[in-house]
Amino acid sequence: MRSDGNTMIKLSAPFTEEKIRGLKVGDMVEITGIVFTGRDAVHKWLHEGNMPPMSLKDSIIYHCGPVVMQKKEKGRAKWVVTAAGPTTSSREEPYQAGIIEKHGVRAVIGKGGMGEKTRLACEKFGCVYMHAVGGAAQVLAESIKEVQGVFGLEKFGSPEAIWELRVEDFPVVVTIDAHGNSLHKDIEAQSSKNLSDIFGALKK
Amino acid sequence: MKAALQKKLLDSFIEIIRKTSAELPKDVIDAVQAGRKQEADASRGKYAMDIICKNIDLAKVKSAPLCQDTGSILFFVHYPHKHDYDVLQKLFKKAVMAATKKGYLRQNSVDSLTGVNNGTNVGPGSPTLHLEPWKKDSYDIRLILKGGGCENVGAQYSLPDSRIGAGRDLTGVKKCILDCVQQAQGKGCGPGVLGVIVGGDRATGYLATKEQFLRKMEDKNPNPDLAKLEKECVEEANKLGIGPMGFGGKTTLMGVKIGALNRLPASFFVSVSYMCWAYRRQGAVVSGAGEIKKWLY
Repeated sequence: MRSDGNTMIKLSAPFTEEKIRGLKVGDMVEITGIVFTGRDAVHKWLHEGNMPPMSLKDSIIYHCGPVVMQKKEKGRAKWVVTAAGPTTSSREEPYQAGIIEKHGVRAVIGKGGMGEKTRLACEKFGCVYMHAVGGAAQVLAESIKEVQGVFGLEKFGSPEAIWELRVEDFPVVVTIDAHGNSLHKDIEAQSSKNLSDIFGALKK
Repeated sequence: MKAALQKKLLDSFIEIIRKTSAELPKDVIDAVQAGRKQEADASRGKYAMDIICKNIDLAKVKSAPLCQDTGSILFFVHYPHKHDYDVLQKLFKKAVMAATKKGYLRQNSVDSLTGVNNGTNVGPGSPTLHLEPWKKDSYDIRLILKGGGCENVGAQYSLPDSRIGAGRDLTGVKKCILDCVQQAQGKGCGPGVLGVIVGGDRATGYLATKEQFLRKMEDKNPNPDLAKLEKECVEEANKLGIGPMGFGGKTTLMGVKIGALNRLPASFFVSVSYMCWAYRRQGAVVSGAGEIKKWLY
């Protein structure tokens, strides 16, 4: 499971604590299994103590408001995801740690990174934050093979609902691991130092 | 304006929106591919750039939105002075509604007071229309779609700025630009392109930063001092190590475009807009009869 360089890792369901703890910051991962979308409304709703109909134990939550169209196939209505890039994760920072703890979520996918509370929850409860490529709505939609269900469509509206998606080889990079590491923290510290050096040279 | 001409113009406007949402201009694609080459093999930065390149191809083939955030809709238009301003305003709004229905644009505009999204993308400030009459009998229509992630990381500085030690000169301007990139990290969906304005007031400065995005990636600033500053800012920003999507790497910025406006003696603003890699910009010459004659990018 572990990689030393930048090898590609295939991560398949079930998403056990052991598999998740085997990941480290910088790993490039392709996910196969079920992911549940959830963004602002769902996070607030879970934070208020509501229980979704599905179990989120050992699950993956994706910060995404997909574009989903209903298509007819052999006379039956079928949901198809037509665009599905990540949304900015930092808005869920106030809620994420509590949801990871209470529901046993094993991974969160989004973009832009998350803060200290989430980093600590990932370490303590065995969860990772995985960064999808922002803007890559079409590539990511291609990895979504099937919509297996939806919850809260009326309550939250389509982009905010919990969509149960079956994905294959969904590409992400681990940027917060279950060992207390955060790529966001590291890159920010390094680039800040580089910026000081550049500013220092400008003065001369 | 006759109904037949209105219909033709409407169709042309819708096509410009479709193309802008689904296809990046060639100069931007070239810059993205150059960035991809710079990243080390098997690195996270390369991985991100591979996905970005794949996404650019896929969106074009599928004629589908490149990014699900189809962004602020910014039209910059010159129109034949004999054509009716009021009718044109209505036609652009109608085109936006039609493009939204067709799925070229996401239902993306929210009433800021009530939180209601009426699903049309039309409301106060949306779309943003800059319509200017000119004496030619054809149209020059340019459109930028700018997503919210990158718009959120723009910044405006008032010099002198003691936090970053920036004075009222081009070195101070450079510090503002580099600080903005550092603050943005990966949140603006880089590698990005910056539109920068030195001077102006707070409103004219920011507006003109968007106009900088109408320039082609490879063009050269006619002002030699600004041309030099643009080049240096790209080189130095790429030493920060933020890289594609903030994953680390060599390509943090693909370009910087800088303009200047006069200022009041009391003010010295530096306004910076950040454009994500999904730099959606297209333009067309549309004839007075309403037909697309030539694509501009």
